[in-house]
Amino acid sequence: MKTVKVYGPGCKRCETTAEMVREAASKLGVKVEVEKVTDPREIAMAGVMSTPGITVDGKLVHAGGLPDKAKLDGWLAG
Amino acid sequence: MTSDVSTPHPDRPEWQWHLGVVGFVVAWWLVYQQLVPFAEWLVALLPVERASHTGEALAFFFYDVPKVMMLLTLIVFAMGVVRSFFSPEKTRAVLSGRREGIGNVLASGLGVLTPFCSCSAVPLFIGFVSAGVPLGVTFSFLIAAPMVNEVALVLLFGLVGWKVALTYLGFGLAIAVVAGLIIGKLRLEGWLQDWVRDIHSGANVPEMLEGEQLTMSDRYRLGIEAVREVFAKVWIWIIAGIGMGALIHGYVPEDLMARIMGADAWWSVPAAVVMGIPMYTNAAGVIPIIEALLGKGAAIGTVLAFMMSVIALSLPEMIILHQVLKLRLIAVFIGTVASGILAVGFLFNLIF
Repeated sequence: MKTVKVYGPGCKRCETTAEMVREAASKLGVKVEVEKVTDPREIAMAGVMSTPGITVDGKLVHAGGLPDKAKLDGWLAG
Repeated sequence: MTSDVSTPHPDRPEWQWHLGVVGFVVAWWLVYQQLVPFAEWLVALLPVERASHTGEALAFFFYDVPKVMMLLTLIVFAMGVVRSFFSPEKTRAVLSGRREGIGNVLASGLGVLTPFCSCSAVPLFIGFVSAGVPLGVTFSFLIAAPMVNEVALVLLFGLVGWKVALTYLGFGLAIAVVAGLIIGKLRLEGWLQDWVRDIHSGANVPEMLEGEQLTMSDRYRLGIEAVREVFAKVWIWIIAGIGMGALIHGYVPEDLMARIMGADAWWSVPAAVVMGIPMYTNAAGVIPIIEALLGKGAAIGTVLAFMMSVIALSLPEMIILHQVLKLRLIAVFIGTVASGILAVGFLFNLIF
């Protein structure tokens, strides 16, 4: 079980990113819990400067723009 | 997008990408040369008199829409590739601990080159301030980033001319530098929201993200992505804007604008700035209107002031920034930038 957090103020791209994470996880058969973080304070504390940002089990793997699908698979599988 | 993403990079060799880009630029140039005849041909097909109001408006529309679209494609692609060499993290590393003065200049320049979306203004602001980027330097970045953007420059260049585009670039940067310097001098750190100051002291700067190892084809891909994104966002504004511009071009009498927005009407500059603050559209929507207004005798300073105000000072961004800035600081921010824009407006009306 992995905990994935998607950081972003709730713009369209953040929604899409969360959706991409869920899709990739179900494709790979990985169990994930996806949490969307919209509080600016928490976003800043996580060290995310450009949104959407993604952490997997607390580790920051991506910031800014939609993630690359292949890379996303790598983060979730790894 | 298809779903065959199992291999990370089902890559063409780099040289094919280079060749593709060169081929595209050549084809672009050839098509671009044909736009005037194309527009005339299109108008001639329609049952309207070429010299009539409608004919004028249509010719304007058929020429400007493809021209703007083509210019945008090329420049946004190029900027997408250039921007892939920059990131907010790198910019922050360059700016942190930088003295004011040189810091403000660097921040304004980097504001143009660093990928930035106003929706992440807050995390970016905190990321900068917590890493020891001075407040005034951070503001220089935040002012330059939206105001001097490639979409605005391309449209000014394509529709109004390179002189105006260059001057816009110069004065946009100057306002960002000076406003940031003033805000820095005023020592307004106390006017940040309280929680921001707490983060400020306990700075946590994460290590660089991986993925800095981009190949040239990755960068081209990012450029294409940027084009797709800009078009998804702005095409409707461009068409609406050019449509509006075409109407003004064809129907508004010559001297009307000269009277309302001409250089003699000094009050028109502040009026333009005040009107621009609550308005929020993309540069893409404003500029075609601006071109048409200029054609009808509106003064260049007034028109530019209006445009800068619309792009640089937007209500939605202020509401976002209120999460980190107290109202007083936002007021200072608006006041400083608006004064800068006013000065530019008056100056332009004076020299041109």
